[in-house]
Amino acid sequence: MYVAVKGGEKAIEAAHELLARRRRGDPDVPELTIRQISEQLALGVARVMSEGSLYDPELAALAIKQARGDMIEAIFLLRAFRTTLPRFGYSLPFDTNDMAIERRVSATFKDLPGGQVLGPTFDYTHRLLDPSLAGDGHDDGAEAALAANSPPPASFGVPDEVTPHVTKLLDGQGLIEGNPATAENGIVGDLTREPLEFPAERDTRLQALARGDEGFLLALGYSTQRGFGRTHPFAGEIRMGQVDVFFEPEELGFEVPLGTVTMTECEMVNQFKGSAEAPPQFTRGYGLAFGHAERKAMSMALVDRSLRARELGEDVKAPAQDEEFVLSHADNVQATGFVEHLKLPHYVDFQAELTLVRQMREEWTATSEAVRKETGSRSENSEAAE
Amino acid sequence: MTSAPTYNFAYLDEQTKRMIRRALLKAVAIPGYQVPFASREMPMPFGWGTGGVQVTASVLGKDDVLKVIDQGADDTTNAVSIRRFFEKTAGVETTTRTQDATVIQTRHRIPETKLSDGQILVYQVPIPEPLRFLEPREVETRRLHALEDYGLMHVKLYEDIACHGHIATTYAYPVKVDGRYVMDPSPTPKFDNPKMDNCAALQLFGAGREKRIYALPPYTRVVSLDFEDHPFEPTRFTDKCSICGAEDSYLDEVITDDHGGRMFVCSDTDYCERRLGEQTSEAAQ
Repeated sequence: MYVAVKGGEKAIEAAHELLARRRRGDPDVPELTIRQISEQLALGVARVMSEGSLYDPELAALAIKQARGDMIEAIFLLRAFRTTLPRFGYSLPFDTNDMAIERRVSATFKDLPGGQVLGPTFDYTHRLLDPSLAGDGHDDGAEAALAANSPPPASFGVPDEVTPHVTKLLDGQGLIEGNPATAENGIVGDLTREPLEFPAERDTRLQALARGDEGFLLALGYSTQRGFGRTHPFAGEIRMGQVDVFFEPEELGFEVPLGTVTMTECEMVNQFKGSAEAPPQFTRGYGLAFGHAERKAMSMALVDRSLRARELGEDVKAPAQDEEFVLSHADNVQATGFVEHLKLPHYVDFQAELTLVRQMREEWTATSEAVRKETGSRSENSEAAE
Repeated sequence: MTSAPTYNFAYLDEQTKRMIRRALLKAVAIPGYQVPFASREMPMPFGWGTGGVQVTASVLGKDDVLKVIDQGADDTTNAVSIRRFFEKTAGVETTTRTQDATVIQTRHRIPETKLSDGQILVYQVPIPEPLRFLEPREVETRRLHALEDYGLMHVKLYEDIACHGHIATTYAYPVKVDGRYVMDPSPTPKFDNPKMDNCAALQLFGAGREKRIYALPPYTRVVSLDFEDHPFEPTRFTDKCSICGAEDSYLDEVITDDHGGRMFVCSDTDYCERRLGEQTSEAAQ
């Protein structure tokens, strides 16, 4: 006789054991180190930090290793750790004007104060697989070439020269809307402490986008370019580099440096807006991400601008303009959890549906049988009448 | 205690528990109303019971006895996983016996054994909004609840009858709570709906991903939506349990071969085992 399935606990233990082995792979291949991941897979680490909402390259690298390279799983690991951390307070806002620039490009002006700094970018590389990277030792061509040359200067600009934001230059002439003033009490929304409610303000929206899935934002940003809520964007500026983060403990009353973080910032300059009261001006879309993450920052800036439709008096027609649609579905940890929960047993609900469908099929058969008899006898009658 | 606690009792920090308890108090004060709360990331995925786990963690004390079921069974993988989570982080006693538990966390079922005073039943809820499939926007559904405007739902149920001859909702069957809020009972089969009405236990509902908590205080009136000429009917089985012979319990269908062979067994494993135990001891006497 059938005995109700038992042994869930043993099965789970065995599954985790198998997972550990799979994660390690062939034991003859040397194990990855955290340093190798954080140094050589730095863009993956940056993504995990951004969407995991925690700036810690070592932990992000550990998460990537533990997750076998599954980025969303790694983001989830980092988030689950982050949420257990005590909250001392909020760091002071930093000004990206003070960024130690590694890369800064503007698509709106040929030259500008601070200059165009290409920095370490995939742009203009020819996407040809490089066989010199295929080796695993120090004797391969790529390593030798790097060792032979001294590194180029990080920046060709004058190191101490201030690099003002393009938007600030435009703002000086009143050509672009001003940045909104900081809230008087200095408090910004935090959706990790307060549930997201609609309509959401821009601070909360930006936080949701910063934590949002890169792929989702990329697709949404792309959709605005193809006409689903077009915003006529120009990449006013993309900058990447290091900024110092400060914290002011209440009991001390002065600023304490916490450390330096690498950030990528994107400021989009978008279609103008004017009214009877105000002359035409460009509008802004803003993106910011941990590490070197241009695709994320640019997509975020496009979507941020689209989500300002309501505020700017535009018709909300496209998915990227719909804040409830965008913000409710941008979080990949939530999304993957709910999609993958379909793996969990649903026998009980399925049984309920099965019972109903069987009953409905029986009724359908009975009804069609009755109809067939009815029409059959009627046609016999009509034949007889003829 | 099985291991040195690296986390707080029952994992969540006390500040978070306080925030959740406040939401719970509000939920109990307004039965059936969905209270937003700042749901945390848990070490298990959203959609896998994080709402229920947060509620359980917030109401659990050292002397509590915990039972966790999924699909009515204590031994389903996710139930095992959640039970182990609390064994590890709270070190509380656990049980599979419904009547011995002070807190029962459940997914998709209400135990067959009648719950009693002092027990707490915690439901894991995927989509707390009963109107969500009719109106995807939260801004709209909150307004509909505020205005007690449930016309949409009645039209949906009416259309079911018009198209299928039945209300084609077999689980997550909407209920009206204390004559005011329409509430989603979580995806329990409608077979279980009558158990929610006038229940002696406190019923708490946690939706982690959707960040909502709602509640039914003990002995609350819970009515499944229906029409005078199409009254609510819980699912009935023509079969009985092949293990314990129960005719009054919810049954799972088990496929036994690839020639259409199947059998039915109790979904509530504790109920089934208890009945079997009683039968064996009766036979022994």
